[in-house]
Amino acid sequence: MVFLASFAAAQGGAEDRRSGYQDMGAALQKMQDDDTANPAMLFVQAGEALWKQKAGASDKACADCHAAGSMKGVAARYPAFTPGSDRPVDLDGRINLCRTTQQKAPAFGPESQELLQLSAYLALQSRGLPIAPPDDARLTPVRAEGEQLFKGRQGQLNLSCADCHDDNAGKSLGGATIPQAHPTGYPIYRLEWQTLGSLKRRLRNCMIGMRAEPFAYDAPEYVALEAYLMQRAKGMTMDAPAVRP
Amino acid sequence: MRLRFILPLAVVGAVWAVSAMAQEELRPYVIVGDSIPDSLTGLSGDAERGRAIVASRTAGLCLLCHSAPIPEERFQGNLAPNLAGAGSRWSEGQLRLRLVDASRLNPNTIMPPYYRLDRLHRVARGFEDKPILSAGQIEDVVAYLVSLKE
Ligand code: HEC
Ligand code: HEC
Ligand code: HEC
Repeated sequence: MVFLASFAAAQGGAEDRRSGYQDMGAALQKMQDDDTANPAMLFVQAGEALWKQKAGASDKACADCHAAGSMKGVAARYPAFTPGSDRPVDLDGRINLCRTTQQKAPAFGPESQELLQLSAYLALQSRGLPIAPPDDARLTPVRAEGEQLFKGRQGQLNLSCADCHDDNAGKSLGGATIPQAHPTGYPIYRLEWQTLGSLKRRLRNCMIGMRAEPFAYDAPEYVALEAYLMQRAKGMTMDAPAVRP
Repeated sequence: MRLRFILPLAVVGAVWAVSAMAQEELRPYVIVGDSIPDSLTGLSGDAERGRAIVASRTAGLCLLCHSAPIPEERFQGNLAPNLAGAGSRWSEGQLRLRLVDASRLNPNTIMPPYYRLDRLHRVARGFEDKPILSAGQIEDVVAYLVSLKE
């Protein structure tokens, strides 16, 4: 009995992680599940068109170099190091690397429609797959920095991310259920934004709420936070492109 | 900027010294035990105004975490105790210290320090070197909390 009870507790512990999807009401879950109702799917369609469109001085489309199906699972493992670089990039950064070095075109701006469309198109190809951060020792210090950022207090309200997302998840913050902050669904169509947005934009929103100065869009701190969050959510199922309140 | 989280203590001391100058705006107060017995402004606050501050999502932010007997505010939080009855659980001076710097009562509290400027990191532009509430607002909220007898 004792063994059974503690075994159940351990199992329960393993399943204590909940995605933002599980915290949403049934109506929003339905909207996300139905591809004809999920507004993010419009971005996916536009992303597919972009994927096939030749661009830049090399006059090549993404599809010219990448076979159909080759992007399966890719969104589930970034941030990651790219060959020849000493800094990890997130998926948006990886797309822009191909944009500048392969297509020889100007990088897409942060939160630009094109970047969101392409990332939504890629993210869909990881839907249903487990989050699988790379087994790469170079990411260990990056994740540690992300963890420190997550657990340190900041802003005029003197809160840490962990105060809400580890210690008070599931409770009501002035009417909003605090999720556990698992990045399973990005980019997301957020009803409050009335558009698609990246994980970075979501993190910036939380920082602004804490009255902390958000990092610049290209700051390595976001990649560190994202790397930590992905590790924390390892094995959870990708539900991108998701809908969130 | 990211270094701020891991600054060695000696350097943090220097940062404090800098913000201490801006702190001249904070009125001095005396802590006696677990309370600040005297009004920060020398005057007593206005409970009606205090109620509005507590209800406000941009001023007090209290209802993010707390619930309170403010029925017209539908969305209230449950990270912290209901404020109903706070005036019978705590003295005026205890409530004042709780608002000014709750970490004096519980070092791990998540309740924001409403009238403190030091030991903060990466405060957003526009909020730097300002307490969350002014001394007058603190007194208004204290007056409202004292009135919550049940
Ligand atoms: C005061 C509490 C609070 C703090 C502090 C906070 N958040 Fe949040 N966070 C929320 C709430 C509430 C939501 C959900 C918002 C909604 O659905 O309207 C959220 C959403 C998120 C999400 C989206 C999860 C999903 O399912 O898509 C992520 C990721 C996140 N936060 C990360 C962070 C990080 C990183 C920090 C620190 C920089 C942080 N948060 C600080 C309350 C907080
Ligand atoms: C001229 C060929 C070329 C073009 C055009 C190109 N890529 Fe790439 N892409 C590559 C190569 C080569 C790699 C592998 C890079 C490496 O590992 O050094 C790569 C890697 C990637 C990866 C990482 C895959 C992984 O498994 O980690 C992504 C994502 C990606 N490309 C997206 C895009 C997108 C989106 C576009 C269009 C905007 C694009 N690429 C255009 C050649 C190209
Ligand atoms: C980020 C969350 C948060 C916010 C915002 C917040 N508090 Fe609190 N407060 C707490 C927590 C948690 C406690 C429980 C004691 C502790 O942990 O320090 C508490 C305790 C209290 C208490 C003592 C409660 C009792 O009766 O035992 C009072 C009074 C109080 N807060 C008033 C306020 C007022 C007034 C505001 C707005 C000006 C406010 N709080 C804003 C989190 C918060």
